[in-house]
Amino acid sequence: MSRQLWASALLASVLVVPSIAAAASDAELAEIREQIKQMKESYETRIRALEDRLKAAETAATSAPAPVAAQAPGPSASTLAAFNPGIAVVLQGNYQSLKQDPAQYGFNNIQIGEEVTPGRRGLGLAESEINFFASVDHLFAGNLTVSLAPDNSVSVEEAYGLVTALPYGVVPKFGRFFSGVGYMNEQHQHAWDFQDAPLAYQAFFGGQFTQDGAQVKWIAPTDTFLEFGAEIGNGDAFPGSPRNSNSAGAWSAFVHAGGDIGASSSWRAGVSYLDTRAVDRIGKLPDTTGNIAQTSFAGKTHTAIADFVWKYAPDGNATRTNFKVQGEYFWQRARGDMTYDSDGAPGLTNTDAYSANQSGWYLQGVWQFMPMWRVGLRYDRLSQGTPEYGTNTAFLATDPFSPQRATMMVDWTPSEFSRFRIQYAQSKTRPDFTDNQFFLQYILTLGAHGAHKF
Amino acid sequence: MHSIVKWLAAALLAATVSPAYAVLNVFATVPEWGALAEELGGDAVKVYVATNALQDPHHIEAKPSLIARARSADLVVATGAELEIGWLPLVVQQAGNPQIRAGQPGYFEAANYVTLRDKPARLDRAEGDVHPAGDPHIQGDPRNISRVASALAARLAEIDPANAETYRSRYKTFDEKWRAAIARWEREAAPLKGVPILVQHKGFTYLIAWLGMKEVAALEPKPGVEPTVSYLSEVLATIQRQPVKIVIRAAYQSDRASQWIAERAKITPVVLPFTVGGDPEAKDLFGLFDDTLARLLKAIG
Repeated sequence: MSRQLWASALLASVLVVPSIAAAASDAELAEIREQIKQMKESYETRIRALEDRLKAAETAATSAPAPVAAQAPGPSASTLAAFNPGIAVVLQGNYQSLKQDPAQYGFNNIQIGEEVTPGRRGLGLAESEINFFASVDHLFAGNLTVSLAPDNSVSVEEAYGLVTALPYGVVPKFGRFFSGVGYMNEQHQHAWDFQDAPLAYQAFFGGQFTQDGAQVKWIAPTDTFLEFGAEIGNGDAFPGSPRNSNSAGAWSAFVHAGGDIGASSSWRAGVSYLDTRAVDRIGKLPDTTGNIAQTSFAGKTHTAIADFVWKYAPDGNATRTNFKVQGEYFWQRARGDMTYDSDGAPGLTNTDAYSANQSGWYLQGVWQFMPMWRVGLRYDRLSQGTPEYGTNTAFLATDPFSPQRATMMVDWTPSEFSRFRIQYAQSKTRPDFTDNQFFLQYILTLGAHGAHKF
Repeated sequence: MHSIVKWLAAALLAATVSPAYAVLNVFATVPEWGALAEELGGDAVKVYVATNALQDPHHIEAKPSLIARARSADLVVATGAELEIGWLPLVVQQAGNPQIRAGQPGYFEAANYVTLRDKPARLDRAEGDVHPAGDPHIQGDPRNISRVASALAARLAEIDPANAETYRSRYKTFDEKWRAAIARWEREAAPLKGVPILVQHKGFTYLIAWLGMKEVAALEPKPGVEPTVSYLSEVLATIQRQPVKIVIRAAYQSDRASQWIAERAKITPVVLPFTVGGDPEAKDLFGLFDDTLARLLKAIG
């Protein structure tokens, strides 16, 4: 109330001022002008000083090295979460129409792992994946990829530590990891350009070769990329098998080179070697009755791979259009004993010496012809060589035959995090066993931003 | 076989005992920081620029060539703010060079030295390719270049003390020239103040803020999502209510969306170099802004 009174009084006095001023003498007027001028100057100086201080504060704020820290929420809420690893999830599913029964899938004269199939018929969930990645401390980083299979089983796809503190281009890795041999082997299945693995990968690696062991890579200090790698592992994975042994069951070595050709092209090429041992490695082979028989292999397998990839994008800008060609050649030599088992159940079995020199290759091209849309073609071919079965010859389908497959796909990638694919393949892995395979597939990625691997 | 081993051994020896260069190897992720490192380092540095102005900086792969160059880098100069999230961490991890790991003096992020704009209020991929820390395209404002230059000069001096004096004096020269240039650009750009525009991708936030232009809409429905005809029609409706003069895009972007809207709305499409090397005139940092302003001023007539 009193404030209102004061305000009206002030208002009144202001209204009255002009009349007073009018009544005042010229001398008084000059004095008042001088006073106002002084006040104005004094205020201007103070405002200028304030402006300067504000500017200084602004500069200090913008040049402060870590404004991010200042923006972070209160420590009580974030301390625990702050050290959480990056988490990424991949969701996949598909529809598959297969002319031939997947239970009858096998390669004529080439022993493949028992779990190698083109997948189920009809609608299905595909592998889901959860990945965790973070620095462990100042020396190590850690990575875990858990795979959730549609049958509700959980498996550890990769779980490895990485030494990050070593100089001179030395990068050691230990734990379970996709071997660095070849080109595609290190890539996760959801990053492949086709839904399924090339026939050579299916035949010689059971899909993909995983090491449980250690790897050392050395990057040469050259402007052209030159990488040397060596691995040692237990060799539990196909073409090896668990052996109940204290010694290592697999070792490998590889060299990769790569670089750019102008701004538009880049390439990588390499050669790799893998040596594995197996004891009672369960596999499958078509037999004389036309059924898929169970086999067991004990012995040594040597695999060599030559791989290359070439990527092209106008000016190196892959966002609009780009083209990619990749191919790998596999050569595998196996020596040991093989047991033929007609149906995997107690019954007819026969064991004899086994040896084979076999090879296979694939070549594929993928073209992004406009943003978000790609088409791809792939051709696969395997050469059975001259496998020596000994007395097992009597039971097995031994007609000479070269498995081959032609595949085409179209995919739509609305953002970096989702992809939908249609794929059609004509697959001839056994005589009189032509499979027409039609796939629809989705891949969704959520969580931490994944790496754009070459 | 024996000769191959000998040849390999010789190659290895040659590679490892290559002469110790006195120059500092700088690995710049984008052309603007490469150009800045050249300005500040002169002959004391050897600069490798990982990407060019015609590449979309969001979509780079960890190519073998990048790993090879990161292997021998003494200093990585990156933008930060997650611009290089898709490839730089992988390159650094595979290079076996602990000097350039994040947090080390050999790892420099420009975005740490400027105030980032457009920090998203909602962090969700449904909002498109959002950058959690804020817009990383900081090179659009020359005052940001000033701030980064000062920090980068200090960093160069820190990791290469032998040439500290060179960096200091080159910084002083650059800073004087740059400040004079900013004053000149700001005078020249006065007619751009308040001009309403469209952008293809929200990559010009800092340039627009500096020049006082008005961004009415972007052609991408969400950052990083390709423009669609239905969304472009919405933009067309927007600019009928709020007329704009020009539509701008970066040199690395497709012209289709800009052309589509420009024809229908009768506005001028403008290609800006976006960074050093985006067009022949933008051959260094000074040329970048000279050319950017020249193109904008010409377009608004």
